[in-house]
Amino acid sequence: MTFEKPHISVQGLNVQIGDNHILKDINIDIPNKKVTSIIGPSGCGKTTLLKTFNRLLDNTSDVKITGKVLVDGENIYDPNIEITHIRKKMGLLSQRPYPLPMSIYDNIAYGPRIHGSPKKKDLDILVEEQLKNVGLWEEVKDRLNAPATRLSIGQQQRLCLARGLAVGPEMILGDESTSALDPLSTHIIEDLFMKLKEKYSIVLVTHILRQAARVSDYIIFVYMGKIIEYGPAEQILKNPQEQLTKEYVKGYIV
Amino acid sequence: MIKRKLEEQFFKLLMVLATIVVSGSFFLIVGTIFYKGVPYMNWDMISKTPGGGFYIGKEGGVLNAIVGSMYIAGGATILGLIISIPVAIFINMYMDGKKFLSNTVRMAFDVLFGIPSIVYGAFGFLLMIYFGVRASLLGGIIAVTLLVIPILVRTLDEVIRTVPGELRDAALSLGSTRWETAKVVLRAIRPGIYTAILLSFGRAIGDVASVLFTAGFSDNIPTSLHEPAATLPLAIFFQLGSPVAEVQGRGYASALILTIVVLVITVLSELLLKRFYKNKI
Repeated sequence: MTFEKPHISVQGLNVQIGDNHILKDINIDIPNKKVTSIIGPSGCGKTTLLKTFNRLLDNTSDVKITGKVLVDGENIYDPNIEITHIRKKMGLLSQRPYPLPMSIYDNIAYGPRIHGSPKKKDLDILVEEQLKNVGLWEEVKDRLNAPATRLSIGQQQRLCLARGLAVGPEMILGDESTSALDPLSTHIIEDLFMKLKEKYSIVLVTHILRQAARVSDYIIFVYMGKIIEYGPAEQILKNPQEQLTKEYVKGYIV
Repeated sequence: MIKRKLEEQFFKLLMVLATIVVSGSFFLIVGTIFYKGVPYMNWDMISKTPGGGFYIGKEGGVLNAIVGSMYIAGGATILGLIISIPVAIFINMYMDGKKFLSNTVRMAFDVLFGIPSIVYGAFGFLLMIYFGVRASLLGGIIAVTLLVIPILVRTLDEVIRTVPGELRDAALSLGSTRWETAKVVLRAIRPGIYTAILLSFGRAIGDVASVLFTAGFSDNIPTSLHEPAATLPLAIFFQLGSPVAEVQGRGYASALILTIVVLVITVLSELLLKRFYKNKI
């Protein structure tokens, strides 16, 4: 798939960790303001692929990355790049929520505070706005100073989303973001993705095909570190071109 | 069937016996100190410094050693923390792509951990001679700091390693620098830092060998870092070595004081920890 103005463009990307060649010659474009899902069996490299988008693999030992990842046309693997402004462009929503060890309020305020010194009044407005954005405001407005870990897992995941949105990203990266959640919370998060794609490009790693079907515009199928097929969601799920994709969609490869 | 049942009974008995021996000896130790020390315990012991002839049975107390021990253990723990926190963070947050290097550093601290404290005392003594410092509070604090640094580094290192990588990823993804991420990690391990402080303080206050040459001994409470300072373990050592029964008894009373100090610190920190967990996490 090629797009006129891709948000992320991956060119000839290879990732090796130790002797393990995890990603092999990846060339893909991620479209602007669409939901793109990365699907594939466990251990195929889909999470690794997602992590290359904001260089979260930097701290892994023995990792070797070659190739280019262009975010808004800027190669983020250029050794001279300042990484924090790239990471700021992408909100990460991991498998399980990891609230920062501080209050609900401070979780949201953390990002804006490290990127500037906002006034208390502006922060108050921002915190309220972001919590409303993820539908958490009514549930927490009376206990903003309580530790974030007191919230339920589903609430924590929405808090983490709001925390990511508070730094003003352009993109949301979701790494199986609903796999630890109950069905209702999953539903809420999925609805949020649908609402947020008007403003953000969203890339989701998921192993739930029905979820990929519900939320995605495009789907990338990864198998053994290679891109097997990439296309509109409808086509990948209903009319895949490759034999491997057909088998995976039917549930023969797990 | 019978064999399995016997086996079960046998090993259960072994476990019960081992538990009784261990907890029994704990009560025996504390009991002995209480039994021998309580008759000589009085307000003077903890409120007065040794008067003339204290070591032949005349009046006075060990306030000098109590204060000296507190100064040394407290000073060494604070100084140790100031050095150990950056080391633990550096190993974990800045060397994590380089396993070989970080493991070498860890091994170095493991070796230091196992070195007997008299070696730290001797090393501290050499340092002091080199810099022309006499046996003093400062010398004691430096020697004990060397002793507690490996304890603090390894404890903090273990605690930092329990922080899930995803929490770091979360902070990094928000655009944090490594140092900002380290601050988040430090917040997450606050209870672990208290545990490290406690371990270090406990070790520092009870150690004799490292302060033997370095802190000296004095009947007065030190008023500056350059004066020699008494410590409780050394005070106990001197008093128990005396042939006078009265002084020996006071030795046990001093041991009682040392035990109670450690006990109070332990209980206080437990309470602090509990409150922390209730309010924060």
